[in-house]
Formats: sequence, structure tokens, C-alpha cells
Amino acid sequence: MSYVLKKTKADRAVDTVLYSGLALFGLATLFPLYYVMVMSVTPIAEVLRNGGFVLWPDRITLDAYRYIFASDRIPDALSITVTVTLLGTLCNLVITSLLAYPLSKKYLPGRNAVLVSIVFTMLFSGGLIPLYLVVSATGLLNTIWALIIPGLVSSFNMLIMKSYFENLPAEVEEAAKVDGCSDLQTLLRIVLPLSMPIVATLGLFYGVNHWNAYFGGIMYLTDKSLMPIQVVLRSMILTPSVSQELGLNVQDLQQLPPETIKMAAVVVATLPILIVYPFLQKYFVKGMLLGSIKG
Amino acid sequence: MKSDHPGAGTEWTGAPGLMSPAAGRTAWKAVLGTLRRYHWLYLMMIPGLLYYLIYHYIPMAGLVIAFKDYNLMQGIGKSPWVGLEHFREVFRSPDFPLLLKNTLTLSLYRIVFNMLPDVILALVLNEIRVRWFKQLMQTVTYGPYFLSWIIVYGLTFAFLAPESGLITTWVRDHMGISLQLLTDKEWFRPILLMTDIWKNTGFGAIIYLAALATINQELYEAAVVDGAGRWKQLWHVTLPGIRDVFLMLLILRIGHILDAGFEQVYIFLNARVYEVGDIIDTWVFRRGIENLDFSTAATVGLFKSMVGFILVVTANKVAKKFGGSGIW
Repeated sequence: MSYVLKKTKADRAVDTVLYSGLALFGLATLFPLYYVMVMSVTPIAEVLRNGGFVLWPDRITLDAYRYIFASDRIPDALSITVTVTLLGTLCNLVITSLLAYPLSKKYLPGRNAVLVSIVFTMLFSGGLIPLYLVVSATGLLNTIWALIIPGLVSSFNMLIMKSYFENLPAEVEEAAKVDGCSDLQTLLRIVLPLSMPIVATLGLFYGVNHWNAYFGGIMYLTDKSLMPIQVVLRSMILTPSVSQELGLNVQDLQQLPPETIKMAAVVVATLPILIVYPFLQKYFVKGMLLGSIKG
Repeated sequence: MKSDHPGAGTEWTGAPGLMSPAAGRTAWKAVLGTLRRYHWLYLMMIPGLLYYLIYHYIPMAGLVIAFKDYNLMQGIGKSPWVGLEHFREVFRSPDFPLLLKNTLTLSLYRIVFNMLPDVILALVLNEIRVRWFKQLMQTVTYGPYFLSWIIVYGLTFAFLAPESGLITTWVRDHMGISLQLLTDKEWFRPILLMTDIWKNTGFGAIIYLAALATINQELYEAAVVDGAGRWKQLWHVTLPGIRDVFLMLLILRIGHILDAGFEQVYIFLNARVYEVGDIIDTWVFRRGIENLDFSTAATVGLFKSMVGFILVVTANKVAKKFGGSGIW
């Protein structure tokens, strides 16, 4: 923070530039989202009348959304993505904390060897092809587990959790053990309840990753009915006529331009994150800062 | 299990084989004792360790297919060894220099056009005194970080689609030019960089803001007493305050120079822009997963992993030389 005693004329000029520059960047960030939302609800007649540019529609129509939900394609993809997000995040958190807790115990023999081999995987990997062969050999191809198991633990998240556990007061855990708790009971009853901020943060990181996941889908799945929402969204955007992609007859509903339907699909895939984001934002920032402090 | 006082654990006494038989037996007993004493802790780690073994270490071993003529029917074990044949083939192929060039070019562009906007945004936010405005702008600017690249592609499409995009339509109606920006070689990299700035700058600024928050306020007071204006303060106090973080991130990125942002590139890539947009990772994906040429794809993947590993380790050494603490 700069220390300014009295604002000179030049200072005020600089401030004006900074504030308006930042406001412009903020608007540029929001505008695409707003525009897509408007496009998805504007009746086509109005779009045509304004040469494709509508900032504030006179009339709103939900036809595009009706169209999207008339076919099974997007509802199915949404339910796959919701399932994978919930189930996957749960698995992530369970396995990550089970691994992070023992590794937070500096007295545990063998701890360093395990840590070194985990950090090594952050630096060197077998790459795409051998991983694909292993996923295939373990029978995950064309199951939703292919979207969960190959990314079960993020080393980075695990290390954040480990350093959080290390900073908990040791006395509480010792007291629990004196009272006869096993290590597992101590973790479940004492340590995890004390660690809710970090559990929430990592849960959000993992959750957003699952929601946005795309590569698992195109790499490990060929069955169209298992495709997550992001994969379906991409093929919709790339297909000139959406009706074919959704398996619907164009005449079924009003003549909707494919662009309107595409924009509605973008909104459907974005909305959950936009809704959740404002509530969770402060956790993310905390988690990010925690992560930037080296473990 | 009896309650243990942390820290009272039996330590490993060394490899049993190096000792006399009697000492070996005692060491073995000590190992068993350790396992029993901490059995809960070891049991807890099993699922995680299995995960790392199966999905990280076995794939590393699977890299041997780079030296074999991998055949789906015969499996890894029975496929014939071919030595460095695939490496020769890859390095001689006309694709390879192009892939390497595209990957490096894009990475270098990203270092400049990612890191500078992050720093600039952090510096601007740092100068903002009106709290609600600063917080609002932070919330707004790091929001897009949580959207997927597909969604960003969808938004880009809304602006640049050949027939219907906002910008394309406007240019067509007012200037009579029909734009094909998404399939234009000249525009591929600028579009990648611009969308990258849109998506990631807000979030990238956070780490610099954290560094800025730790600068000692007395330094500014001292600077003002010495007659420093706003620019002098920026130059002599603020910028030195974030130099270490900047260098650390820079070195990290150089270590990852062969990762040119697979996910984004794959999504924005199309056959018309392969010449400027095809990078090592997208090539490996096409060759391996789409064309089932596992061995050649794995060879290129191995090359990339090895170079990346050497770069990261070197980068870390350099970071430590610079007086920073390095990454590990």
C-alpha cells in the first residue's frame, strides 16, 4: 500500500486511470457471461431485428431451455456429472484425509519415503498412453469410475491437508488417545471436525474439478450415455445443427436457431458454478493462500 | 491398541542384511514392533498408496512400450523389443520440429502474457483504496477461473462464430467482411492468450496480493520521508516486495515449458490450425488414443516427461541459488 499524505493533481489523475481501468476489466469479465445468458432467452425475431445485438431483451422466452430438456441427452449428462461430482468428491476427501493424517505424524517410521515417492509423481509421470493402458487393464473403461479413480488423490491437495493437520495442537490428539481412542477414531472424531475449513476448501477444489471434467470422458468413455455435461456441451457447440446432436426433430418445437440452443446449453453447464461460487469464494481464496504457503 | 505417546516410536534401525544374524533378528523384531504399534496409521494409508502404485508408478513402468512394438493382442510383456527404433522414427519425422516449435512458442507467449497481467492486476488492486470496490472487482475477476475451458470456448464461440457471433456479425454488417477467426492461423494464438487472460488473471493475481500484503508499511513511510512520490514508491518498495514470488513462479513455469496448456489447446484446436496450434500433448493424444499407435505416442510422451523432469529439477536448483527457498 502506498503511503500518500496529500493527493496532488497528478495523483488524482492516476487514480482515475486505475479505477476506470479496473472497472473496465471487471465489465469485460462479466460481459461474456451476461451476453450468453441474454442470447439464450431472447426471441429470435428480436435478435434479427437488432442485427444480432441485444443488450436488454424486450421479451424473454425459455423455448431454448424447453428444447434442451425435451431430449434426454442433456438431462442424462447432467445426472452423470452430478453423480460423479458428489461421489467423486466424497471418495477424494476420504482417501486424501486417510493418507494425509498418517503423513502428518513426523514420528511415523517410513513417512519420508512415502512423501518422497508422492512428490516424485508430481515431477515425473508415465504420461497419457501408459495411464490409458492401466485404466483399461483395471477394467474402468466405459464406467463412471474411470472419471473418479484415476484422479483419486491430488498430491497438491494432500500436501495442503497434511500441513494443516501438522499445525493442529498436539495436546488434543494426545488427550483423545489417553481416553482410549485409536488413531482412526482420533481422525474421525477429533481431527476432522477441527479441520472443517480445509476439508471444505479441498472439497470445493475437487468438486469444481469434477464438474468441469472433460478429458476423462473423451479418453475413457465411448458409451454416449455416460458422457459428462462438458463433453456433450462441446459436441453441441461444434455441431452445426443441434437437433441432430440432441436426437430431436426441429419441427418439434418452434424454429429456434441452433445458436440460441447452444447458448442455453452453455448457461446450463455454467449455472451451478455461478450459483455456488459467491458462497464459496472466500473458502477458495483461503485455500489458495494456504496452498501458496509451502508445506 | 494401547495408547501411545507420539514421538515414543521405535525407529528403524537399518537394513537387517547388513548386520550379524543376531542383530538382524532384533532389527526385524523392531520392524514388526513398529508395524504393530502404528498399525492404524499404516492401514489408513493403504488405499492412497495403492492408488499411487497403480495409477502413477505402474504407468511409469508402462513407459517400456516406448522401446517395444506394442501390440494390443500380445500385451506389454510379449510385444517385441525394438530398442530406440521409435525414438529414431520420432526425431526424424517432419512433424517433430514443428510440434516442438509450437509447444515452445506457445509456452513462451504464455509466460509473458500470463505473468504480466497477473502482476499488473495485483498492483492496480493494491492501489485501490475504496474497499467495497476492491472486493467487488476481486470477486468478479477471479470468478472465471472456476469455469471450464469448454464453457470459455462456448463464450468465445458466442463472439466469434463465423455466421452468428457478436463480433463477426457486427463486422459483416458494418464492414462487409466475413471473418473466420476460429479457424484462422493468424488468430489462433492471440485467441488462446486472450481467453487465458480472461479466465486466469484474477486468480493469478491472488498470490501477488498476498506477497504485497506482507510488505512492511514502515518502508513506505520511510520512502515518503525521503521524498519519494508514488512512482518511486512503486519502484523502490512495491516491486522489490514481489520480486521473489515472481522469480519463483517464473522458474516454475520454465520448468513446465513443454506443457503448453493441453486442455485449452485441445479444445480450441481444429484441423485448419494444426500448423500453428498442434503441440506435443495434443499430438500424443491424437496419435495414441485416436489412432491407437501407443508406442510412438508413448515415446513422445516419455521424451516430454524426461525433459520436463530435468527442467523442473534444474529450475528448483536455480531458484535456491537465487537465494529463494526453491519449491521443495
